[in-house]
Amino acid sequence: MITFEGVTKRYPDGTVAVDTLDLEIPAGRITVLVGPSGCGKTTSLRMINRMVDATEGVVAVDGKNVREIDPPTLRRGIGYVIQQAGLFPHRTIVDNIATVPFLLGWDKKKARARSHELMERVGLDPKLAKRYPAQLSGGQQQRVGVARALAADPPIMLMDEPFSAVDPIVRASLQDEFLRLQNDLEKTIVFVTHDIDEAIKLGHKIAVFQVGGKLAQYATPEEILDAPADDFVRDFLGGERGIKRLRFFQELDAEEAAEQATEQAAEQRAAADRPEAGSTAAER
Amino acid sequence: MYAALAIGDGEPLIRWDWIARNWDDDILESLKEHLILSFTPILLGFLIALPLGIACARWRRFYPPVLAVTSVLYALPAIALFVVLVAFTGLTYTTVIIPLTLYTLSVLVPSVVDGLGSVPDHVRKSATAMGFGETRRMVQVELPIAVPVVMAGLRVATVSNISLVSVGAMIGIGGLGELFTDGLRRDFPTPLVVGIVLIIALAFVSDMVLLLIQRLLTPWERTRGASKREKEVLATGGAA
Ligand SMILES: Nc1ncnc2c1ncn2[C@@H]1O[C@H](COP(=O)(O)OP(=O)(O)OP(=O)(O)O)[C@@H](O)[C@H]1O
Ligand SMILES: [Mg+2]
Repeated sequence: MITFEGVTKRYPDGTVAVDTLDLEIPAGRITVLVGPSGCGKTTSLRMINRMVDATEGVVAVDGKNVREIDPPTLRRGIGYVIQQAGLFPHRTIVDNIATVPFLLGWDKKKARARSHELMERVGLDPKLAKRYPAQLSGGQQQRVGVARALAADPPIMLMDEPFSAVDPIVRASLQDEFLRLQNDLEKTIVFVTHDIDEAIKLGHKIAVFQVGGKLAQYATPEEILDAPADDFVRDFLGGERGIKRLRFFQELDAEEAAEQATEQAAEQRAAADRPEAGSTAAER
Repeated sequence: MYAALAIGDGEPLIRWDWIARNWDDDILESLKEHLILSFTPILLGFLIALPLGIACARWRRFYPPVLAVTSVLYALPAIALFVVLVAFTGLTYTTVIIPLTLYTLSVLVPSVVDGLGSVPDHVRKSATAMGFGETRRMVQVELPIAVPVVMAGLRVATVSNISLVSVGAMIGIGGLGELFTDGLRRDFPTPLVVGIVLIIALAFVSDMVLLLIQRLLTPWERTRGASKREKEVLATGGAA
């Protein structure tokens, strides 16, 4: 569990990026921070791994104040994925994925074996292992970014708009696979996006921020769709709130149906159901 | 050049027998001296430019004054520096090596700073986020990514040093340049031609070797084909 208690971040130039934030981020779930540009999402995320230090208040991971943990040690235990993937251009894909295991001093063989395993997990062709990042598509690079963050099996993952640089169709499939992966892994994930649809699709809980670094609402997607806390949240959801709501619950039903089908029938049946969910996502 | 060609009418441009007779003593000796005089400054310059460049990239406000100093140094004519230094270091290799080291610095410090500046910010940030300390990030991430730009500077400095060593012949320490003074003094074009050909060959071979080293050090760059950067470098390298 990650907690923010009265956290304020004031940058040296006086900008208040985050204003007395209180937030409890549950373990093993996806929590989405959403809001317009400049509302302090990235800043909040970075206060967790101390890329940014809070001016006031306490950020704690499993009850321990992050300020008491040495930054490199803290960071090696927290996966981090960003929009441009941030891959090392001079290292091959396997070695990129093995970055944190190498830092932790794993045996090279073991680290690379782990990389190969992860490539498979995130749906990367093993043939890409020896390539360099520049030789991969944007979507593939993003998968490498996710694999790299998972390499040392950190309990926490911070993801800053990881899927926003790819086109909508690739994004939808990355989101679907990410959800599937998270189903198995049950990491504590903090996911930043400015796209409310993505927030609704991925979030177990959603924190809606408004400019000035204020938390406008923190609730489940259902609650936010059913009862927006104020006009800001209502506006942010957009005019199609009703449609979003409908679609959200339809998808829940579809997921449940798919789960039942998996239980009852063969894997083929389940596979046949997937494209349905996929196409709903692609329509957006 | 004009004087060299005008003198000795009737004298052939090249006397092969002179080359054969003087190959071991004169020519090879001069070549060896030329190599020492041009590569020692490269090595020294590199060893100083690397920490200096890293410091300038880390503390940006040091960079403008450092850049100003190195640019002024670069503008000083080599012959003036040689003559001034003779008073302190005498007619020794040191007298040639010091100015060439300064020239090398003035090329390499900006190369190191620019090379480190070519590291994308998101790459640097993600390295930090994964738990690299500053030193490890510099050694394992930033410097390797800076290699192409640094190597570009190294190639320019090398070719320029190889050509500048000859100026040392004016004070009697100039490697292959001494073949020029020898030829001029005796109205005898053969040593001049040999000197020019060997200097060009040396510059060419050195550049190829450095290019090869660069290729070996940066296998990831090959995957993008001949990068734009590399072509630019070849252009400036040729001009220097
Ligand atoms: N290093 C910094 N120095 C000064 N101000 C900063 C710094 N980083 C961010 N800010 C400011 O803090 C505020 C919040 O920035 P932040 O990057 O956290 O926003 P964000 O919600 O992630 O926005 P976006 O959706 O555009 O990524 C903005 O007003 C921004 O200009
Ligand atoms: Mg941001």
